Formats: sequence, structure tokens, C-alpha cells
Amino acid sequence: MLHIYCPYCGENRDQDEFKAKGEAHISRPLDPMGCTDQQWGDYMFFRKNPRGVHHEMWYHVAGCRKFFNMTRDTVTYRIYETYKMGEQPSVTAESLAGGQS
Amino acid sequence: MSEVAKAQVVEESSAAVSKVAVLQQRAGAGVQAESPLHHVGLDHLALNVHQRGGVALREKKLLGHLVLRGNSANASLLKGIKKVLGVELPLAPLSCSAKGTTSIQWMGPDEWLILVEGGSEYGIELALREAIDGHISLVNVSGGQTVLELSGPDARKVLQKSTPYDVHPGSFPVGKCVSTVFAKTQVLLQRTGEDSYEMVVRRSFSDYMWLWLQDASAEYGLVIKA
Ligand SMILES: [Zn+2]
Repeated sequence: MLHIYCPYCGENRDQDEFKAKGEAHISRPLDPMGCTDQQWGDYMFFRKNPRGVHHEMWYHVAGCRKFFNMTRDTVTYRIYETYKMGEQPSVTAESLAGGQS
Repeated sequence: MSEVAKAQVVEESSAAVSKVAVLQQRAGAGVQAESPLHHVGLDHLALNVHQRGGVALREKKLLGHLVLRGNSANASLLKGIKKVLGVELPLAPLSCSAKGTTSIQWMGPDEWLILVEGGSEYGIELALREAIDGHISLVNVSGGQTVLELSGPDARKVLQKSTPYDVHPGSFPVGKCVSTVFAKTQVLLQRTGEDSYEMVVRRSFSDYMWLWLQDASAEYGLVIKA
């Protein structure tokens, strides 16, 4: 069972209160009609499935009902950080490889 | 989107608030209002003078419930709330503000639950719409939920059996309110005193809550209060 820090509620909550909502930082193409089938397909269907550090959207469905982002290791389940929508992660696969954590 | 279409959207959204149709949801005298736990007959059960136990349950029925959504950076929102309700809009997460029979609970950074005396919610909704400029949402949900009060020396033990939230006084001081999982449903839980708690419960889950609370408090003894 994970304890997840909701950046809006400002405290750790039980995993039961949350739903995982898939990969974070996916933006809808600004001009859908100008997309090739491949570009639209990538946006619509294709997701990263990394072994290790991943950025995910989570939903505090039983709490404040806000979406937020999480940097999590898909192997160890370690949660590095959670951050509000619109913010960028401070921990990435690159930053960890570079020795900063 | 074309420029014309964009302009229309902007125009519609700025006028949206003033065009809202507000409904008086109370049927008025002559029609008996029934709370979500009406069928249980709590008032009748409360008459039993032989009740003993460490947990007491009371339904604070038929209050006015308004859900407010808006941007706290909108100064008119803060001013309008203060003017109409006489209390500040609570901006700190998991906090609430109350005065007399009126209370506002923080539900999210842009969402609040306003509880007022039953029957006053229609006038208050109209007054708030008048007092607040800008884009807000204000919905009267009085018929959709009810408030249950759990109190007594063993009330905390009942909560600990029911929710994963840490209700120890160290993390759940008086005045704090959280939205969390409770049994197989969700509640807005507030600690209203040393030994007392209030839960906002969905109408459709109120009977389930009633059954759950009877079972969870059985070992301590449940006392029904009117
Ligand atoms: Zn939250």
C-alpha cells in the first residue's frame, strides 16, 4: 500500500483515495486537422512504458478531486515527488543518472 | 477555432453567471420534507431512555448545502462570501470557518461546501450570486446529502475501523476537515470537538452508512440522539 502526498491537500494519504491516470505531460496537438495519422495516433494511443523513473498523472478522487503529477519508479515503486498540474518534475531519469537525487 | 467562434465562447462565458436559473427546492409548508434517513425513524429510536453506550449518532437533517466553485484570486468572491455569510472563505487546505449555524468547508483549492440553516439556502444562493462578480459555480445540493454527527468517548474507535485516514488527535485536530474513504463510500469528515465528528454523506449511501455505523459501534453501544 502506498502513501501518496497530495500537493493540493498538503499531506500524505492512503492509496485507496487515489486513481492512477496514466502518463503525464501529454499535450493535445494544437492543430488536430494538421496532424498526420502517425502524429495523431502517437498522441491518442501510444504511451511510454519505462522500466524505472516515470512521470504519471494521479487523481485524488476521494479527496480534493484534483489531478496532479507524480515521479515514480516503476520497478521499486518509490515515489520521488508529486507536483501540481502545470509544474515540471524536479527529478527525472536524467537527473538521477547524473547523480543528483 | 475561428476568431468568430472564439468571440462567441468568451461572450457566453462572461454572461453565464447572470443567466443562471435559480430554483427554490423547498416544497414549502404542507409537504413533509424527508431526510435521507427518514425511513429509519431516528427521532423515534431516540425516545428510548434505556440506550447506553460510548457512541452517539445524530442526523443533522435538512440543512442547506451549497457547493461553491470559483477562483480564490477573485477578490469579489472573498468579499461576497464575507458580506453574505459573515465568515471568511477558508483558503488553507483542510480547514473550515464557521459562525453560528453557518459553516464553510474547504473541499479543494477551488471548491467549498457551504452549510446553512435549512430553508435559508435559497435566499443565500440568490444573495451570493448578487454579491459575487466573475465566473463561479454555485449549486444547491441540499437534497443530495445529509450530515451525521458521531460523538462520545468511543467515536474515534468507530472512525478508526472505518477509514484509512489517520484520525489520531495528532493529525486530526479539532476544526480540521478532510474528504476521504469511509467503509465502501466517501465522506467529508470534520472534527467538531474533542469527542465529536461530523460526516457529510451522500443521500444514496446514507442507509448503507446507517447499517455500517450500527455494526461498527455495536461493541461500544450506540445511542441515538434526536
Ligand atoms: Zn488532495
